[in-house]
Amino acid sequence: MALEDIIKPENLVYKKPDIMNDNAMHYCPGCSHGVVHKLIAEVIEEMGLVEDSIGITPVGCAVFAYNYIDIDWEEAAHGRAPALATAIKRLRPNKLVFTYQGDGDLSAIGTAETIHACNRGESIAIIFINNGIYGMTGGQMAPTTLEGIKTATCPYGRDVKLNGYPLKITNLLKELEGTRFVTRQSVHTAAAVRKTKKAIRKAFENCLDGKGGANVVEVVSTCSSGWKMTPAKANKWMEENMFPAYPLGDLRDRDANI
Amino acid sequence: MSEEVKLMKGNEAIAHAAIRCGCDGYFGYPITPQSEVLETLMEVEPWKTTGMVVLQAESEVSAINMVYGGAGCGKKVMTSSSSPGVSLKQEGVSYLAGAELPALIVNVMRGGPGLGTIQPSQADYFQTVKGGGHGDYRLIALAPASVQEMADFVGLGFDLAFKYRNPAIILADGVIGQMMEKVVLPDFQPRMTEEEIAEKCPWAAVGKPKNRERNVITSLELQPDAMEQNNIRFQEKYKTIEENEVRYEEIMCDDAEYLLVAFGSSARICQKAVEIAREQGIKLGLLRPITLWPFPKKALADYANKVKAMLSVELNAGQMVEDVRLAVNGKVPVEHYGRLGGIVYTPDEIVEAVKNKIM
Ligand SMILES: Cc1ncc(C[n+]2csc(CCOP(=O)(O)OP(=O)(O)O)c2C)c(N)n1
Ligand code: SF4
Ligand SMILES: [Mg+2]
Repeated sequence: MALEDIIKPENLVYKKPDIMNDNAMHYCPGCSHGVVHKLIAEVIEEMGLVEDSIGITPVGCAVFAYNYIDIDWEEAAHGRAPALATAIKRLRPNKLVFTYQGDGDLSAIGTAETIHACNRGESIAIIFINNGIYGMTGGQMAPTTLEGIKTATCPYGRDVKLNGYPLKITNLLKELEGTRFVTRQSVHTAAAVRKTKKAIRKAFENCLDGKGGANVVEVVSTCSSGWKMTPAKANKWMEENMFPAYPLGDLRDRDANI
Repeated sequence: MSEEVKLMKGNEAIAHAAIRCGCDGYFGYPITPQSEVLETLMEVEPWKTTGMVVLQAESEVSAINMVYGGAGCGKKVMTSSSSPGVSLKQEGVSYLAGAELPALIVNVMRGGPGLGTIQPSQADYFQTVKGGGHGDYRLIALAPASVQEMADFVGLGFDLAFKYRNPAIILADGVIGQMMEKVVLPDFQPRMTEEEIAEKCPWAAVGKPKNRERNVITSLELQPDAMEQNNIRFQEKYKTIEENEVRYEEIMCDDAEYLLVAFGSSARICQKAVEIAREQGIKLGLLRPITLWPFPKKALADYANKVKAMLSVELNAGQMVEDVRLAVNGKVPVEHYGRLGGIVYTPDEIVEAVKNKIM
């Protein structure tokens, strides 16, 4: 591919949106969180929603997302973001209300809040970073941790007899009548980044057209620190191991009868 | 407005008062003996009139976090529950206090521990005034002793919560929640406009206009020195509240030789006990703390110079008595009389306790 083929506006991946401030990010090199932050900031800016967005941060590595994107935020207790989002959206129906949650936050401690907010069809967007591990607390097992994978709390590998099976929570959520758009994406290549951005935009648009329904964008992600891999190796490992368990694509799109 | 007298349960009064106080949102989960709050709101459907949001959450955990979300975006929001449910709310209560959010919580207490009983109790005093959730925080705690006060304290609780950016709690019990009494509901007050929210809650996450920095509602501060400063600020606020917001009622205290100290439904029964004792020539008085925190420490310390002894009468195994003793600081004997597990004392039993324990 020639250079001029690459340098085209539609291929522009790394321009910093204006609402991404200059605070130094605390994320590890290669972490997916930073990429997804940028996509959220871009979409908010492109949709002209800077003044009309309220984001909810989780407890997890992304707890400090509020330090990097210049919109109003609420920081939730671990797992409770969808409950906050429910109230904010109902009290301020014209706002874009979205949560940003890790797999521990969303699919362990916050399972009830997640399922019920989705089941009520709250007009919110849930951005779900599934890195298969508890990044923030130092790499313990998450509900999404794959079978056989070693973590700080399953040092001999996840044993399904002891710990149950990797939880495909998004597959559960798509079955709920309250969900409108449920998709699974990733950000390991430029093409994947663009797809994820489109998915986030669609989720955000759905939140504001008055039709209702919850929108879930899962991003299968890497945690190079927790996985104890280089960022490049983590991406490769994710493709080979995470994607078979968490295949990418739209799981539900009621507007397209999916 | 004409003072229309209505007859209703304490729980119903809470619901009607909330609508009339311009409450923006109520989030709750059913539990006896307070389910009438949510039931009344669902029957009245205030979203069709004032625009108030009412939602049955999937749990008390979720309900209190909905309150956190709503309060964080500048709205006047509340929840109610009873003891086991209030235990579940403690995480959210601590976060509300840590993020300095105004909100109203109602606990219509029942007997515990555990699933306990659905009968009335006052055994959540410690939980309410000593913490409940983690960290050094305080709740402004109002203890209604009548259906009228159930109605009045909704507005008062919200006012204090917004004045100090601190959660407030109405600590009632099954007696006050379930009994029917005459009540004059507060006048209708419109919900806050966006302009009023901007003025009262400039910190709220309402969507960031161009001309200000982003607002972030959080209790997180990883720098210990900054977190200590936050805590110092909280403590200063609590001190101001202690100086300005103590409320209590004195009944037949002027010439009292013996003093009952009781709150909520116990105070109602004690009032009758005072009458009976006086008929028998015992100079008994009653001090009723209306705010359990801030506690009427000074008033009690003053009475320690006037009376011979005090009896703290509570539907628990002896909780508020510890605060009475701290206030009195050994000057006069302070004893406790209580019934447990949902049993309520009679006025005569209280008079007997006075004779046996402090005379
Ligand atoms: C009530 C509560 N329990 C436990 C914790 C500790 N904790 C903080 S983050 C976290 C897990 C985060 O994992 P995840 O949601 O997957 O986010 P990641 O860091 O991987 O992005 C845990 C258990 C907490 N803060 N609060
Ligand atoms: S620990 Fe993992 S999730 Fe957290 S910042 Fe580092 S790479 Fe990202
Ligand atoms: Mg994780």
